[in-house]
Amino acid sequence: MQTVEQVIDSEFLDVRCMLLEIGAMLDRYDRSCDQSPAEASDDHRMDLIYRAILLLSQRDTTADRSERLLNLFSEMP
Amino acid sequence: MQIIQPHYHGIARTAQDYERMAMSGVVAVAEPAFWAGFDRLYPETFLDYFRQISQFEPTRAAQYGIRHFCWVAVNPKEAENPDLSREVMRHMPELFQAPTVLGVGEIGFHLTTPNEEAIFEAQLEMALEHNQLVLIHTPHLHDKVRGTKRTLDVLRNMNVDPQRVWIDHVEEHTIREPLDAGYWVGFTLYPITKCSPKRAVDMLEMYGTDRIMVNSSADWGPSDPFTLQQSVMEYRRRGHSLQQAIEVFHNNPCRFLGQCPKFDIKPIRVETIDE
Ligand SMILES: [Zn+2]
Repeated sequence: MQTVEQVIDSEFLDVRCMLLEIGAMLDRYDRSCDQSPAEASDDHRMDLIYRAILLLSQRDTTADRSERLLNLFSEMP
Repeated sequence: MQIIQPHYHGIARTAQDYERMAMSGVVAVAEPAFWAGFDRLYPETFLDYFRQISQFEPTRAAQYGIRHFCWVAVNPKEAENPDLSREVMRHMPELFQAPTVLGVGEIGFHLTTPNEEAIFEAQLEMALEHNQLVLIHTPHLHDKVRGTKRTLDVLRNMNVDPQRVWIDHVEEHTIREPLDAGYWVGFTLYPITKCSPKRAVDMLEMYGTDRIMVNSSADWGPSDPFTLQQSVMEYRRRGHSLQQAIEVFHNNPCRFLGQCPKFDIKPIRVETIDE
């Protein structure tokens, strides 16, 4: 198993990059909605994304986030 | 589609990269002088490096039909050594005469230190004195905001024509000020630490295509020349026309770099033929 230091050293930049991509996707979605308000919908998948982000934003929790994310994404619309 | 790769560190890449770039439409690259991954000890090492990028590298690229241009400078990281930098700078005017040298770059800030600033200003003065184009590197990651602001301060205090200055590696948080002030800007695509192809296309959609160049840098670190082609593909996938893609990925580099008469590749237009 890696040390605490090794995990953050080896993965901080990767995670930073993934978070930026998520932010950029949400921005892209909002801009599309602004551009064509008629097409903006309550897409179930956007709801899942925001719920996943909420799940990840809990710091004091159990180390089974991946499992909980996968269960979340298993929910049928 | 014809593509120009305006920021490419060919000496760090293989012949196979040139071959694949040629096969995917790249007709020209421009190679700024940069940090070699270690701090050089001797001015002569820089001079040989300049000889490599201005004389030898064009012959490698030519084997694949790619035109190769370059820039000369003491990069921001090694500008921390002022004595070495000034000795190298003494020789730069000779290089400005070389047939493929387009200007002074990449210069600017790495950690935004007083030494870096002194050498940045001195190289800007030299560029102005010799009527050279300027390519400015902006710092990485958390140093980028501070370094970009200081870069703009330094430029404001000098009598530069913003149209002849390219501020590279801008991202969402640093693009507005340089564009508003009339400079050219560059998006540098890196797999992890800079801009991604999708985010580059987002910025093209938000800010338009004037005075913007896209490049993939492609150096000895984690980087990939083909992130540029990924951006072309993403741009086209979102419905932008072939001509619009040519404007960004071919014609804009022609417009900026073509301010130096040595860069003689002209903007192009696609037409259909009625037969
Ligand atoms: Zn570079």
